[in-house]
Amino acid sequence: MKIQQISLFIENKPGHIAAPARLMAEEGIDIRALFLADTQQYGILRLIVSEPEKAAATLEAHGFVVKVTEVLAVLVVDRPGGLADILGALDGTGINIEYMYAFSDVRGDQAILIFRFADPDAAIAHLQKAGINLLGSKELLKK
Amino acid sequence: MTSTLETSAADCHPASVPDFTPVAELRALQLRRLQAVVERAWQRVPLFHERMEERGLTPRDVGSLEDIAKLPFTVKSDLRDTYPFGLFASPMKDVVRLHASSGTTGKPIVVAYTQEDIAVWTSVMVRCFAGCGLHRGDILQNAYGYGLFTGGLGAHYGAEGLGATVVPTSGGNADRQIMLMKDFGVTAICCTPTYFLHLIDRAAELGVNMKELSLRAGVFGAEPWTESMRRHIEGASSIEAFDIYGLSEIIGPGVGCECRRHEGLHIFEDHFYPEIVDPESGEPLPDGCEGELVLTTLSKQAMPMIRYRTRDITQLITGQCACGRTMRRIGRIGRRSDDMLIIRGVNVFPSQVESALLQIEGTLPHYQIVLTREQGLDQMEVEVEVTPQMFNDKIGALQGLHERLQGALDHVLGIRVKVALVETNTISRSEGKAKRVIDRRTS
Repeated sequence: MKIQQISLFIENKPGHIAAPARLMAEEGIDIRALFLADTQQYGILRLIVSEPEKAAATLEAHGFVVKVTEVLAVLVVDRPGGLADILGALDGTGINIEYMYAFSDVRGDQAILIFRFADPDAAIAHLQKAGINLLGSKELLKK
Repeated sequence: MTSTLETSAADCHPASVPDFTPVAELRALQLRRLQAVVERAWQRVPLFHERMEERGLTPRDVGSLEDIAKLPFTVKSDLRDTYPFGLFASPMKDVVRLHASSGTTGKPIVVAYTQEDIAVWTSVMVRCFAGCGLHRGDILQNAYGYGLFTGGLGAHYGAEGLGATVVPTSGGNADRQIMLMKDFGVTAICCTPTYFLHLIDRAAELGVNMKELSLRAGVFGAEPWTESMRRHIEGASSIEAFDIYGLSEIIGPGVGCECRRHEGLHIFEDHFYPEIVDPESGEPLPDGCEGELVLTTLSKQAMPMIRYRTRDITQLITGQCACGRTMRRIGRIGRRSDDMLIIRGVNVFPSQVESALLQIEGTLPHYQIVLTREQGLDQMEVEVEVTPQMFNDKIGALQGLHERLQGALDHVLGIRVKVALVETNTISRSEGKAKRVIDRRTS
């Protein structure tokens, strides 16, 4: 259920995303999703990739400060209200979303939401109870 | 550490016997040597002779140790102005070694040694290592740079004199340093404290646990370092970390060193006479007062230094150390009078920045101070490399860290500075001394 996400610290300067992207390319690692959280001066690049452990080791070997965190991926129908339905399942549960991002899936009319929860196990339980479809790594990385 | 602490000349290394000289005997020896070195410099070094004459002094005016305060100071620019050999008191046929500074700020300074000088240097380095509890059987990795820099060869001769096995790695190539440390069963290392921090980081990256190595002692010098840095080093590597002091102008490393009590650095004052003076006025200060350390070489042949202004700020600790040594101690050097930065009229020392950074997260990240001038106003920026321990994948947590660093620096320095979080390995690391301040102010 839980997906490994790679986060790395980068300075907010021209060209600073290019280096990690090039490293992933050289290692033949596929970047499935990418999100950048930034301030004026620095940012955190979050990646979901085909081989997270190899990606983290490669980045660390090249001097990047890397953290591997666990996130959840949820498949929703790409229509008005799709996101509201998912969030509705968490209403009143006290589950806190630390951050989230979304991307639409090439397979059709679906979107994938990536969530980082303070307590992922509790979030899994609540989402499953509400009949919400959580993706495993294999399904997420499938093209 | 399980080995016992030596407390007298009877149970120490033979070379350390002078460390325990009774004080009255030591003072008498110092006076005899001071008179001899003043006589030598007066006869052989024109600059010193002129300065004595200007003051109406001759060597006969030195009748007691207190009379040293009458003598003229020697400063670093005297060595530059007389480059290369102007302060030598021995003919070149008696000089067996020359060393020189890197000369980043103009001409290098040159220092010279006779065979007797090399023997004295070796003996004080042996006394340093013996005081750190090292002995024959220890395997010592010497990662000070070999060459014109005095650190490498000074430590090398001392370790061989002690009877230890020397691994002369010199600086650089951290991966090989770590491999040899592990494969050779190295028990002690000499290098700058910042280089050892770099080795700790690199070992962790290579998956080598420093705590599991045979390494038990580190003798660190050539740049000021703090108690917090000692705790960090000792915690991360399970070694006992010693502070060693020296400067090329006096002899190189080995002017003073901590014993296992770690309550100041014993100055080998049978060869180097210490005074503390007011850095502004040059007036001698009473024992215990903080001021600039001034050193006189008592036995140096090739290049005697009379009242050399070290620019290092410390105090003299009198009274016998619990280790039994009678040699007076200096407090650890935290700053140099010429390190002081004046930012918008406020005095700032790089060591204050270091202690502020250490307060946060308890580790010392690599940092650099960058000074600029914008519209006539000095600006100070502290660039801090984000370490894996500091990094958090939530932007709010990083901003919190940024604010804590900012707050600690504002509090310690008393002025507003800019803090920038930067990627690892973006601040240059020299193999020797860390370059902490980049001054881009144009006056």
